[in-house]
Amino acid sequence: MKKFLALLMAAAMVLAMAACGNNANNGGSNANNGGSNANSGGNTGGQSDAGNTNGGDSTGAVTLKIGGIGPLTGDAAIYGNATYWGAQVAVDEINAMQSDIKIEYKFEDDEHDGEKAINAYRSLQDWDVDVIYGCTTSAPCLAVAGETFADRYFQLTPSASSTDVTAGRDNVFQICFTDPNQGVTAAKYIAENKMATKIAVIYNNADAYSTGIYEAFAAEAPNQGLEVVSVSTFADDKNPDFSVQVRDAQSAGAELVFLPIYYTPASNILKQAKDIGYAPKFFGADGMDGILTMEGFDLSLAEGLMLMTPFNAYATDERTVTFIDSYKKLSNGVEPNQFAADGYDCVYAIYEAAKKAGINDGMSHEDICTALISAFTDSGFSVDGLTGSGMTWNTSGEVSKEPVAVVIENGIYVNM
Amino acid sequence: MSFLSNVISGISLGSIYAIIALGYTMVYGIAKMLNFAHGDVIMVGAYVCFFAVSAYNLPPVIGVLLAVALCTALGMLIERMAYKPLRQAPSLAVLITAIGVSYFLQNAALLWWGSDPKKFPAFIVVGEQNGVSLFGGQLRITYVAIVTVVACVAIMAGLIAFTGKTKMGKAMRACSEDKGAAQLMGINVNATISMTFAIGSALAAIAGVLMCSAYDTLLPTTGSMPGIKAFTAAVFGGIGSIPGAFLGGLLLGVIQIFTQAYLSQELADAIVFAVLIVVLLVKPTGLLGKQIQEKV
Amino acid sequence: MKTEKKRRLRRNTRRSLINYAIVIAAYAIVQALNAGGNIKSSLQGQLVPICAYIVMAVSLNLVVGVSGELSLGHAGFMSIGAFTGIVAATALQAAIPAGWVRLMLAMVAGALFAGLFGLLVGVPVLRLRGDYLAIVTLAFGEIVKNIMNILYVGIDEKGVHIAALEGSRLVLSEGGVPIIKGPMGAVGIAKLSTFTAGFLLVLVTLFVVQNLVDSRAGRAILALRDNRIAAESVGLSVTKYKLMAFVTSAALAGAAGVLYGLNYTGLAAKKFDFNTSILVLVFVVLGGMGNIRGSIIAAALLTILPEALREFADFRMLAYAIVLIIVMLATNNPTMQQFFAAVMEKVRGTFRELFQKSGETVKGGGDHE
Repeated sequence: MKKFLALLMAAAMVLAMAACGNNANNGGSNANNGGSNANSGGNTGGQSDAGNTNGGDSTGAVTLKIGGIGPLTGDAAIYGNATYWGAQVAVDEINAMQSDIKIEYKFEDDEHDGEKAINAYRSLQDWDVDVIYGCTTSAPCLAVAGETFADRYFQLTPSASSTDVTAGRDNVFQICFTDPNQGVTAAKYIAENKMATKIAVIYNNADAYSTGIYEAFAAEAPNQGLEVVSVSTFADDKNPDFSVQVRDAQSAGAELVFLPIYYTPASNILKQAKDIGYAPKFFGADGMDGILTMEGFDLSLAEGLMLMTPFNAYATDERTVTFIDSYKKLSNGVEPNQFAADGYDCVYAIYEAAKKAGINDGMSHEDICTALISAFTDSGFSVDGLTGSGMTWNTSGEVSKEPVAVVIENGIYVNM
Repeated sequence: MSFLSNVISGISLGSIYAIIALGYTMVYGIAKMLNFAHGDVIMVGAYVCFFAVSAYNLPPVIGVLLAVALCTALGMLIERMAYKPLRQAPSLAVLITAIGVSYFLQNAALLWWGSDPKKFPAFIVVGEQNGVSLFGGQLRITYVAIVTVVACVAIMAGLIAFTGKTKMGKAMRACSEDKGAAQLMGINVNATISMTFAIGSALAAIAGVLMCSAYDTLLPTTGSMPGIKAFTAAVFGGIGSIPGAFLGGLLLGVIQIFTQAYLSQELADAIVFAVLIVVLLVKPTGLLGKQIQEKV
Repeated sequence: MKTEKKRRLRRNTRRSLINYAIVIAAYAIVQALNAGGNIKSSLQGQLVPICAYIVMAVSLNLVVGVSGELSLGHAGFMSIGAFTGIVAATALQAAIPAGWVRLMLAMVAGALFAGLFGLLVGVPVLRLRGDYLAIVTLAFGEIVKNIMNILYVGIDEKGVHIAALEGSRLVLSEGGVPIIKGPMGAVGIAKLSTFTAGFLLVLVTLFVVQNLVDSRAGRAILALRDNRIAAESVGLSVTKYKLMAFVTSAALAGAAGVLYGLNYTGLAAKKFDFNTSILVLVFVVLGGMGNIRGSIIAAALLTILPEALREFADFRMLAYAIVLIIVMLATNNPTMQQFFAAVMEKVRGTFRELFQKSGETVKGGGDHE
């Protein structure tokens, strides 16, 4: 035991001494010392990257480097991993085709944090990235969008749905619905289908996505003749107890509870509502998609739950089935949700636009950015994907596609 | 009736905080260190129980025992590998090592068990029911809440009896007072500290299982926030004091639910922490904490 | 006696000068490499946050290391500074076109605001000790995060508007722009921070902290840390000196926040949570309590480390945790420390021999400084 510890210490020592040695050589420059650390760490990766590039060139096809950014660790890892794997499926499919465009794909972790997202973006720059795919979440995406706008990189985000991400930036596009769009659509949907008039909302006031949908919903509801009788909030998933929120909706006599939140806290709310014997209608936004795939989830809790999701994992068309099949091979059996499908569609959208714009290897990322922007905003350009067919984009970067609402019956989605 | 419901929610949430806080306070009292990895041991315990019950179809009792056994071993292993070499080091160095262990456990869980949330099985049921209804369904108490509160009181009583009556418990108290003197009296300080970690980690496993039974989502980061809240609760009650941790945990849960129900949901966290600050300003060593001895 | 004191003072001065020299040399080297295009984009992007974290670490060291009080809410001051600075910089956009002037004013505003909060928090809580103070600072950090999360600030021609809880309460006239939007944080920030600004802030921080520590007040703070009762009995005021360290530290953290905040086009309040406070504490403890140079080096290295570990892909954060544990064990275990000391002595011996061979010129140069 002692010997093992001693060995461990010795190993750590060597590392530390190496750092000290650098320190001395560089005249005590700490920043520089770190730089050399980064280089030595990067040796193996760097070489294999170089090999890839050469391989791409020798086939004669155009190589497009797509760099993804999203959270692979931390609280939001589940969403980042979904966008990572979802896009990987599309990349593999495209590279297997007899196509003139070969895609190289690399995904970096941002830990759901702006600073780390910038670091991820910078390290993708070192990899000579052509197009930025990401970020998965809104707040980091906002930070990165400012950089890509200044540096002229084309950026397409699968799931950062805040309008602040695209506002005033011609190079940033979304494949998901914006938050206000979802809020307004939800209010209209509930009113038009006469689901209820007394509505309760439970939303996450520490989350930009949730707050964005709620605010648009609250503004639109009176126009649709809906009465919002109870609004309650929670801050992230830090407090696991939702009994107060659920009881508030119950005592206000709400017939329908609107949950513009992600499926993890939503599943807790469904359970705690059942625990107190409260059974209203529940209605969710696209963040609700994925609730059925959680390991160990009691499907009966979600029976009758309605949600607006662009992606239906229970569709039987060939493309969806193949996608789910390939995805589960990458994800070790985890089922895909709309994040994954959005990611998949992002890669195809970039690919289609690159084909249309005639991207070639000689183009700089600035040229590619300009070419892709004009391809995306071209009136003749549309993309068919898993989350919608005939998707088009306006100049502000927002997608236009048909919203779809589903209801959960017998543990699967049924179109409404 | 909604008032009573809130009281019950508060007590059941508070009991979970209290069980975690009891583990915190035990370790702090004897080893004089803030074990920030405590919350992550909770998470490991919950995962072990989850896999035992869901994936291997073991009976829930075996799952809980397995979680307790593995967490006890994990706690002792962490103590042996990461904290024991630092027995003589300043307390902050140990604190940072504990944070390192916390990162390690979270990221190992992320790699091993994946980032997708697991739903903890509801196994505290009688027949098909998971709770009792009173007053014609207006008030509902889940069995999980009852079990949690009972477990919490039992654990506190057990710990008080253990530290008060048994030889090992007395050795712990001796170590907590003065390690050097304890050693001179023939107490094996290292074994005692190791035992403390074992007990603390076993409590963490129980807390993990109960927490995930009540609020059923299980993620690699599940333990971190309850860990911080329980740490707050332990200090609130007077760190190192067993009844203090119990009281602190319970009060924290009730204050949190009441703030959400009657004051503000948006500012719930801010208000809970503000109450904490005010209480500590009035009673600078927590509710039941010992007065700090001034040695000249 | 007198010579002893003089020598000690000179040692302090020399230590301070070496710290300035290290920072200036680092800046010069980075700038030189940058001019030659030898710095990878990934490192370049980290230069400003590194400066911000150095300032955070040095300022926290003043509280934790020099003053001996554990603070777990340092990120709260950074948050207050960052958002104050962002609002100030945006509000002054029309009046002052020069970016660096605005950045400087924003930093002053951020530092003042954070310092003010430091004072407000410090007066009542500094009479708490040890872990109780730690928990109160933790609570403070959480309160700041919670309030920033529901804060909406906008500006129109009538001035700055502030609203809480819901964005719809923020009513701006046509042409008004929102600056802070609750959980989304600050949006559309004009980036003003540069590496040079960061470098200058580090120098200012070093100047403030080192002069405070080497002053009469600094010696009082140290005395209170080492033996509070003895220090009090010779008439030193605990509150005054502890508060001095605490408020200075808070103000510097506020300035660091401004530097950090104005380096990104978007910034959410979530960033400044318990984990960030802990991260800065890790820098301080790893660099050595009360050791300013250690804080600088630890902050820089530990900010770069997770990025350098990107090649480990999935195992990156796991590797970071392992390195952290091993380094803490290696630097704090007595057996290891002795081993280190012996090795360092040997290294020093070799250097001494080398210097003696190359003559006395080096030593002479040191004295002139």
